[in-house]
Amino acid sequence: MAALDRVKVLVLGDSGVGKSSLVHLLCQNQMLGNPSWTVGCSVDVRIHDYKEGTPEEKTYYIELWDVGGSVGSATSVKSTRAVFYNLLNGIILVHDLTNKKSSQNLYRWSLEALNRDVAPAGVLVTNGDYDREQFADNQIPLLVIGTKLDQIPETKRNEVLTRTAFLAEDFNAEEINLDCTNPRYLAAGSSNAVKLSRFFDKIPGFTERKRFGGGALKSLHYD
Amino acid sequence: MSFLIDSSIMVTSQVLFFGFGWLFFMRQLFKDYEVRQYVVQVIFSVTFAFSCTMFELIIFEILGVLNSSSRYFHWKLNLCVILLILVFMVPFYIGYFVVSNIRLLHRQKLLFACLLWLTFMYFFWKLGDPFPILSPKHGILSIEQLISRVGVIGVTLMALLSGFGAVNCPYTYMSYFLRNVTDADILALERRLLQTMDMIVSKKKRIAVAHRTMFQRGEVHNKPTGFWGMIKSVTTSVAGSENLSLIQQEVDALEELSRQLFLETADLHATKERIEYSKTFQGKYFNVLGYFFSIYCVWKIFMATINIVFDRVGKTDPVTRGIEITVNYLGIQFDVKFWSQHISFILVGIIIVTSIRGLLITLTKFFYAISSSKSSNVIVLLLAQIMGMYFVSSVLLIRMSMPLEYRTIITEVLGELQFNFYHRWFDVIFLVSALSSILFLYLAHKQAPEKHMAL
Repeated sequence: MAALDRVKVLVLGDSGVGKSSLVHLLCQNQMLGNPSWTVGCSVDVRIHDYKEGTPEEKTYYIELWDVGGSVGSATSVKSTRAVFYNLLNGIILVHDLTNKKSSQNLYRWSLEALNRDVAPAGVLVTNGDYDREQFADNQIPLLVIGTKLDQIPETKRNEVLTRTAFLAEDFNAEEINLDCTNPRYLAAGSSNAVKLSRFFDKIPGFTERKRFGGGALKSLHYD
Repeated sequence: MSFLIDSSIMVTSQVLFFGFGWLFFMRQLFKDYEVRQYVVQVIFSVTFAFSCTMFELIIFEILGVLNSSSRYFHWKLNLCVILLILVFMVPFYIGYFVVSNIRLLHRQKLLFACLLWLTFMYFFWKLGDPFPILSPKHGILSIEQLISRVGVIGVTLMALLSGFGAVNCPYTYMSYFLRNVTDADILALERRLLQTMDMIVSKKKRIAVAHRTMFQRGEVHNKPTGFWGMIKSVTTSVAGSENLSLIQQEVDALEELSRQLFLETADLHATKERIEYSKTFQGKYFNVLGYFFSIYCVWKIFMATINIVFDRVGKTDPVTRGIEITVNYLGIQFDVKFWSQHISFILVGIIIVTSIRGLLITLTKFFYAISSSKSSNVIVLLLAQIMGMYFVSSVLLIRMSMPLEYRTIITEVLGELQFNFYHRWFDVIFLVSALSSILFLYLAHKQAPEKHMAL
């Protein structure tokens, strides 16, 4: 096994959109049999082949940190969650295709995670206004995933997919729409699997990756 | 003619209340969810509108607005509609939405919903048996039967909420009970949490690597399922898989630990925020208020005990008694009839407004705490049911706070209920609820500092 460096990707989204099912699908290639409330944060590990098929192929662990909660929580809950946002390398934003509010809340989720990093003094910018400028110089790659695709009737699919395409464009990110109970959507070679690989490959410089955040907790990171 | 004017006034006010309930639903309760079934929103707003109309009628009774006979008519009408909603519509829809959440019963949704509603009606009826609430000369389907049962449930709810609220209010307001939390405590706990997460990650990496090597070697790791699988696993156990299941158990234990640590950290953050709040001007004001509330709470518990022990039900309402005291002992002469009307209007108004506001806030908190995207409809309907029953029983109990001349309309409309029973029942449940809340808060308070000592 090649050198396995540490890469941390956050999985964010409203309660009940399917983050735990998604993480289970990505890491175990199986459907999650008994989904239940995520209290705090649950981590799972996916083995990823960086630059698969090329001579520079290396294998990495990608840690998927699935942080539970609601975007409108009290400030104390947000500061408790903030401890998980340190040293992150990528963000997967998950929304429910059947619930428009969960898509709108993604802006606030991304601000919460990114602002924590940019201002290591711990000041949370909570006015929640979305400003594209803040994403312009963002170095952390984003991916937007829409879940519960099977629950959308065929007739409405087009308008839903148009809406999510706009959403992904706002974040300057790729988007994948799937149903977390069906491994078929991420089968090897499908366009979704290719997008996923491309996203993980985008995580900057596996060997010389930038460290974000810091302060007192920096010393906790040990290999 | 005047009847038409009165009715139009009532209808306008009902529409206003309906609109308010609608807005409250959209802005507060369903802030984070998408409303897909509008029938839920309609039912909630309708329940709210009719409950508020009842309070409005009480106020009109005191102030003498509208014609007496039209008031009586509207009372009866309102009561019928509310009972219809609380006993027939809301339980049926609760059953319907519960059934639609379960995938298996999708086909015969209506059938199962009706079955659930019939079970509810059975238990609802049986509720009346152990209580001495009715004189036997009433028929089966009279309003009194339904109201008495709704009243019992509602009064129990009111007493539970009020007992808990009376104890919890000073506990949260007063800064005397705040535990001392320093930044160092929080940092230490966060460090432990992250260390636990790191340990989970390293163990999961080992599991992932083991899976991958087994997959690449062509052994597909099958968990033994079924009867034959178990027999097979006894004789042919792969060494790797045993190791893996051991690591998996360790991971499960660590995950449980991480959840505990997360909850404790969240608790510490919340306490720290409360400490900072208590240093502000608003915080100090609430602190002082908390002392007054604790005195009030002790007094209420004392009065409830006295009422039960001496089997005493107050005959005169506080307004008349207050006026009697001022007239007799302090010698201040003033027009009793005029002032009693206005003072009771203010008193009853305050009681109504605070109980509505308190109930809505409590409902919102409950809703945020327990709802999820699947169960939000059911929970909102349950809350509408609770709200309706609560308001109906408030009307029952408010009768005691009003002077005699205004009580008659309520007595007439609600029929011959044993009002004294309801007050006694309220006192009993209030006492039980307040004492158990004190015990519960004491235990919770004691337990928390010990946990931090152990760090």
